[in-house]
Amino acid sequence: MGQKKLSERAIEWGASAVAHASILIIALIFLFLFAEGYKIFAYDDPLHIFFGTDWQPTSQNPRYEMLALIVGSLVVTLGAMLIAIPLGVGCAIYLSEIAPPHLAEILKPIIEILAGIPSVVLGFFALVVLAPLISLAFGVPSGLTALNGALILAVMILPTIETISEDALRAVPKGFREASFAMGATHWETIRHVAVPAAMPGITVAILLGFGRAIGETMVVLMATGNASIMPTGLLDPVRAMTSTIASEMGEVAQGSAHYFALFMVGCILFAISFAVNLAASMIVKRGQNS
Amino acid sequence: MKLILAIVVAAVLLFGCAGQQGGAPEKQLKVTGSDTMVILGQAWAEKYMSLYPQKKVSITGGGSGVGIAAIIDGTTDIAQASRDMKESEIEKAKAKGANPVKTIVAYDGIAIIVHPDNPVSELTSEQVGKIFKGEITNWKDVGGPDEKIGIYSRESSSGTYEFMKEHVLKNADYAKDSKYSAGTALLVQSVSQDKTAIGYVGVAYTKDRSDVKILKIAKAVDETYFLPSKETVKSGDYPIARSLNFYTNGEPAGDAKEFIGFILGEEGQKVVEETGYFRV
Repeated sequence: MGQKKLSERAIEWGASAVAHASILIIALIFLFLFAEGYKIFAYDDPLHIFFGTDWQPTSQNPRYEMLALIVGSLVVTLGAMLIAIPLGVGCAIYLSEIAPPHLAEILKPIIEILAGIPSVVLGFFALVVLAPLISLAFGVPSGLTALNGALILAVMILPTIETISEDALRAVPKGFREASFAMGATHWETIRHVAVPAAMPGITVAILLGFGRAIGETMVVLMATGNASIMPTGLLDPVRAMTSTIASEMGEVAQGSAHYFALFMVGCILFAISFAVNLAASMIVKRGQNS
Repeated sequence: MKLILAIVVAAVLLFGCAGQQGGAPEKQLKVTGSDTMVILGQAWAEKYMSLYPQKKVSITGGGSGVGIAAIIDGTTDIAQASRDMKESEIEKAKAKGANPVKTIVAYDGIAIIVHPDNPVSELTSEQVGKIFKGEITNWKDVGGPDEKIGIYSRESSSGTYEFMKEHVLKNADYAKDSKYSAGTALLVQSVSQDKTAIGYVGVAYTKDRSDVKILKIAKAVDETYFLPSKETVKSGDYPIARSLNFYTNGEPAGDAKEFIGFILGEEGQKVVEETGYFRV
């Protein structure tokens, strides 16, 4: 073993420092959020805060109950997933397994352009175009509903789900498919029983990352969903998401007030959810690599 | 809206510094605060800078509270506020050694707007309050169709939200199912799409609009109903009116004093009228 050059060791050391720094930064962000957020428990007990539905932070008798916001975020996000998963995964299957290469070459960039549309533009589209259509189609007075947010969020996360699913499908070794055809399986049977199951860890990761993107999205839900802090009873109710609550209320809140701490706690919940989702995604990737 | 309105009016100076006059480049005058006043502020700044090309003024929004907090923290020269300072803010200013001084620069009325197809055309101030509090929930209780009222409010960081809450809702909470719009333009847009809607905006935003209907408001049932107008706002006949203010730390001095002087002068007040507010 030759002696490593000093410069080489410096580079190694630098790279590891950077890697560790990013872990440290994430830990510090959470610590900072929580250090501010937990102070809300001095104003009300956690049971009320997490399971009450009355969000009235600027009232004379303020209440900081977050369940309606949490449920609001989840309803919009899950609604978006219901739309985007079949479309995204279906697209990926079509582009990687069925479409002739020259068609895939045209379609793929078009889907990717979707990812580049600024969310404020999508939000504006939802407000001006989609909302009146929803109001007309479902006979509700206002189209600013969870459904509106879910539809437009689905458009936003479609490219994420499609791209990663397609990569996973393309990574399935050619030999798998050839073996399947050799056994007399049809094209469809090969897709269903060989390609998709083999790509499943990647597709799951695609779905989880799409979820993470959707639940953290702010501008679109702020503009599209009506922002009423009520417990939604369906997709045709307006909802107030956690992200839009922070975005629209943080501007004026007095530092060190209960409202300020409450918004940090909302941030903690959001962080915890997206952290859990990302953790799940990376565990699935790891398990896929081991097997 | 706040995000959208966080537009800095960049002082594009073609001549100022390029000239051979010498001297230190002029310091930029920072004006921040009320979203309602951003349009007005920008119009003033443009006019001011076209008259005095060596001056630089930047206008940002964020809400009256943001502006007042900035004046307390000393991070802005002038705060624009569409309401008066609250007790709590005055105390905070004292604690930090700041001395905010108010100058009234214009008057504004809050217009109550509904969908153009709504047959209701007048309400009392009290009825408006009850609707936004959620005590009146059906249009038929105020002479309209049998339809649930859809309430549209601004977000809590807006000065207009505070003004409504204090003066019309008498500090009660907005109805629980109120929808919140992140900006005035979004709110007008939403109301114009919803036949059951009621919302509130500064009158400037309703100028020349046919997609929403402005209601006449009376102080009480047996009094006259007035539309928000220059005369009715200044005379106090229109019940939902307010002053638009500048706050400076101490009496205005230097650049701030010159800018305020311009605003209170004929040129500045002309801009006030052009933007849809009422002169001092």
